[in-house]
Amino acid sequence: MMSVSCKTGYMNGYRFLIRFGLILTVLTLAANARAAKISDLESIEFGEQLVRFFSMEDELLRTVLLGSLCLGLCCGLLGSFIVVRKLSLVGDALSHAVLPGVAIGFIVAGHKDPLAIFIGAIVAGLAGTVLVNLIKSTTHIKEDSSLGMVLAGFYGLGIVLITMVQKASIGNKAGLDKFLFGQVAALSSKEVTIMAVITVLSLVVIGLFYKQFLVGSFDAAYSKALGIPAQFFHYLLMLLLAFAVVISLQAVGAVLVSAMLIIPASSAYLLTDRMHRMLILSCLFGMGSGAMGAFFSFLGPNLPTGPLMVIAASTVFAASFFLSPKHGLVSRWLRFRDRTRRIRNENTVKAIYHVREKNYFEGEGVDIDALAARLKETRKATLLRVKFLTDANLGDVKEVDGNKNIFLNPEGWLMACTVVRNHRLWELYLTNEAEFEADHVHEDAEKIEHMLGEETVRQLERLLDFPRKDPHGKLIPSLADLQRTLTHSPRKNEPSGYRMPHS
Amino acid sequence: METIPLETHDLTVAYGKKPVLYGVDVQVPKGKLIGIIGPNGAGKSTLIKAIMGVIPLTSGWVKIFDKPFKANAKRVGYVPQRETVDWDFPVSVMDVVLMGRYGRLGWFSRPGKKDREIARQSLDKVGMLPFADRQISNLSGGQQQRVFLARALAQQSDLYLMDEPFVGVDAATEAAIIAIMKELKEQGKTILVVHHDLPTAKKYFDMLLLLNMRVVAFGPTSEVFTNELLQKTYGGRLTILSEVADAIRTQ
Repeated sequence: MMSVSCKTGYMNGYRFLIRFGLILTVLTLAANARAAKISDLESIEFGEQLVRFFSMEDELLRTVLLGSLCLGLCCGLLGSFIVVRKLSLVGDALSHAVLPGVAIGFIVAGHKDPLAIFIGAIVAGLAGTVLVNLIKSTTHIKEDSSLGMVLAGFYGLGIVLITMVQKASIGNKAGLDKFLFGQVAALSSKEVTIMAVITVLSLVVIGLFYKQFLVGSFDAAYSKALGIPAQFFHYLLMLLLAFAVVISLQAVGAVLVSAMLIIPASSAYLLTDRMHRMLILSCLFGMGSGAMGAFFSFLGPNLPTGPLMVIAASTVFAASFFLSPKHGLVSRWLRFRDRTRRIRNENTVKAIYHVREKNYFEGEGVDIDALAARLKETRKATLLRVKFLTDANLGDVKEVDGNKNIFLNPEGWLMACTVVRNHRLWELYLTNEAEFEADHVHEDAEKIEHMLGEETVRQLERLLDFPRKDPHGKLIPSLADLQRTLTHSPRKNEPSGYRMPHS
Repeated sequence: METIPLETHDLTVAYGKKPVLYGVDVQVPKGKLIGIIGPNGAGKSTLIKAIMGVIPLTSGWVKIFDKPFKANAKRVGYVPQRETVDWDFPVSVMDVVLMGRYGRLGWFSRPGKKDREIARQSLDKVGMLPFADRQISNLSGGQQQRVFLARALAQQSDLYLMDEPFVGVDAATEAAIIAIMKELKEQGKTILVVHHDLPTAKKYFDMLLLLNMRVVAFGPTSEVFTNELLQKTYGGRLTILSEVADAIRTQ
């Protein structure tokens, strides 16, 4: 049915245009279509509505809520596979392509029969995907364009058919316009039954064949090589996807169904890096969004459900985007801030090392002015740096002969030696092994010194045969020197603790 | 007589209408480490994919231990090229290695304790056990390759097909992979490796399959690794053959 894979996001602009055109069409159509909402049935107050919602005494309300939960669960479950397989556009195409089938199902049955509409929609969806593959395989038009054309063409046809049906004088056509933007209130109990059946079916199928779906999504060729009928499971997944789209159609609307597939799953993808947890989270987010959409649609006057559900889902996504522990904006900013602080401190202790080195490591303290001169900055800037250093518990500032001096503690001195060691080893590596000129290596080492891990440094040392001098003839602190800085605690009145050897 | 691990007869594959492999006849003996050598576009990867039915054959047949692939899929371990998968996929190293066990499980069963133990041993063998719980996107190229190798080891097969396992890996990983291959060979297993580095090919493999759209030569490395045959594989492009292939495609 579909063996589609979209690799890049280059079609975003294109998608937007299509979307925009579609929305314009729909808006013109929807302008005179007025939906029947639960809140229209009786005009009661906001507070009473709240009570009504949570008391769950209303039969109609229970039906609607069950429908919303089912569609959220079903979309969240299948959406996860769509997202990790990079098939999001297929969900989009499918949801638009089913629309003519809805109208045809209606015409054939003569009234809004859920089963006829379900079958019509599935057939239309399958026809659309077959058409996409046909265009792709017989011409040199690529997949994104074929998808775009088919989804727009089918959608256009669907709108025309639905409009015609509504103008014609056949049967009871209430609720047909809901297929565009969605209205849970228009769900009948028969429709909710179909939704529940499909949801349970999806859960059972995914649960039973989880391993086949997992390996097929991760590495389709490998799954074939294992002897798993990969093609069969691919089609099975696509069929379930079509089912999910169709049962969600009336509650969410054709325009936004794909959002319910993609958004909860993407939010979950930001929060975890295990497929089974992603599935669970995605289902929960889908159900939450579905229930929220139904709730606000119930409270608010004349608000369509689909957009409300999508807004709820998007809010969840926004929260994951900012707060996800690994990929979230906030944690990334925190990590960036920590790194910046560490690098600033490393640069400060390195400068302190340099000043002490110039004085042959005599005396422990370093005068603030000498440090400022070394760093080529103002005294004020240096004082600020030093404050960060003392805040990080790497040293103390003491007055010596009326001048402020910075004294590193053993941790601070260890940090200084480590950074200098990284820097000089890297310089030596570049000149000796990579054959850089000695005057080309400093800039590079300035960056690398903050990133070299312990393991890499050991490797460098072995490779360079435990060198003592860098390309400029300066001492490279060895591992033994580093250890000494930590173990040696200066006794009272002893002139210089953790003093570096004079080479 | 012992059954032959892999036999192909007149194996022909076409992508669309363009033929990429013509009439490949090979009989691979047991317990050998075999390199598949040839220029880009010679159909090396296609050959091993066709053997496993990942790509359909246009004609010919494949037998694995005297049976069609489907009947003996369990006895074939596969190491695909690294870049064929999305390394951001939400699975851990352990999850990936466990996939190697899926072929031995029934339709409905999940990997159990024994499967986990085998996966753990396989990971240990490639030196990746400490990474078992890591998500796969944090691995280096060499580590990714080791994970794929561990997954194939977990399959506990008798015939291994490996597609460019040395591409983009560090020297330590290359040495580790070679050591494991030799060990497998000692256990009487047969290993076919798609490889494209000639100097190491001579060093690593017992036998070579020289391939350029058809089999140029197949035999012990000492007999096949000759200037004449290599030239035939790499130099002498089969101009008319590829021209005809292009002509078929454009029609």
